[in-house]
Amino acid sequence: MKTAVIVFPASNCDRDMIVALEKITGHKPHIIWHQDEDIPQVDLIALPGGFSFGDYLRCGAMAARSPVTRKVIEHADRGGNVIGICNGFQVLTETGLLPGALMRNESLKFVCKDVKLRVENNDTPFTNAYSEGQIITVPVAHHDGNYFADEDTLKALEDEGRIAFRYVDDGGQTTKASNPNGSRNNIAGIISRRKNILGMMPHPERLIEDAQGGAGGLGFFQSMINAIN
Amino acid sequence: MKARIHITLKNGVLDPQGKAIQHALSALGFGGVDDVRQGKYIELDLQETDPAKAEAAVEEMCKKLLSNTVIENYAIEIE
Repeated sequence: MKTAVIVFPASNCDRDMIVALEKITGHKPHIIWHQDEDIPQVDLIALPGGFSFGDYLRCGAMAARSPVTRKVIEHADRGGNVIGICNGFQVLTETGLLPGALMRNESLKFVCKDVKLRVENNDTPFTNAYSEGQIITVPVAHHDGNYFADEDTLKALEDEGRIAFRYVDDGGQTTKASNPNGSRNNIAGIISRRKNILGMMPHPERLIEDAQGGAGGLGFFQSMINAIN
Repeated sequence: MKARIHITLKNGVLDPQGKAIQHALSALGFGGVDDVRQGKYIELDLQETDPAKAEAAVEEMCKKLLSNTVIENYAIEIE
């Protein structure tokens, strides 16, 4: 599986993503600086976490209009796989590749902790290594992860099985207390209609081996290997 | 010309920062504030001299970058 990681000014999870992709695919990803004119032919493009362009105007707004992102959109339009983690998810909603928006956390606080996620749909290129309903642990670290979409959009996401992950408690229930940011319907991650684009606020790339304190995110990467290789 | 743009959250979109401001006002003794909605104000200096053209251009800017129409409304004044 050939991969590329896009790096914007103030991306800061690009390295974790590069390490995770290299470890799992056996190949070093192409590292694409936002001013690079072209992205090589790859199976997967990753938009990493961070604070691209200082979160100016809105989180992800500047990166979404950056020339390299036009190439990402073209790749996605051709059916290419794209993942956006944290700030990458914000960028994907700002481009319109994924619906909705990520707003300031309801608590107004930056939240940095491990959370429990329930796999809502395992029939996607990003979740097939998990079982449906499986509870996994991965960290969140964000100030603006409060997923918002209007009622019609939420209904479409729910009806079409496009919720990939939801925040849950230890027993797997979606509760207000288990929702770290006020996200509607406890949504942590969604996929596009064609299932080739995934955006999520939590960071699977930060927990892929026991030395990191757990491997809850490993299945996410294994899924892509299963789907793409 | 100058363009003044107010960007506000749409009705129905929760504004936790507005809520926090309301609580802070109340804590400072400013009673009677029923609701607070926080937004953005952007000023542009434009070369365009035709108000209609200026407004049309700023409208495009609002749609393409300055606002996120999923969650925000914008209001443009040209002067």
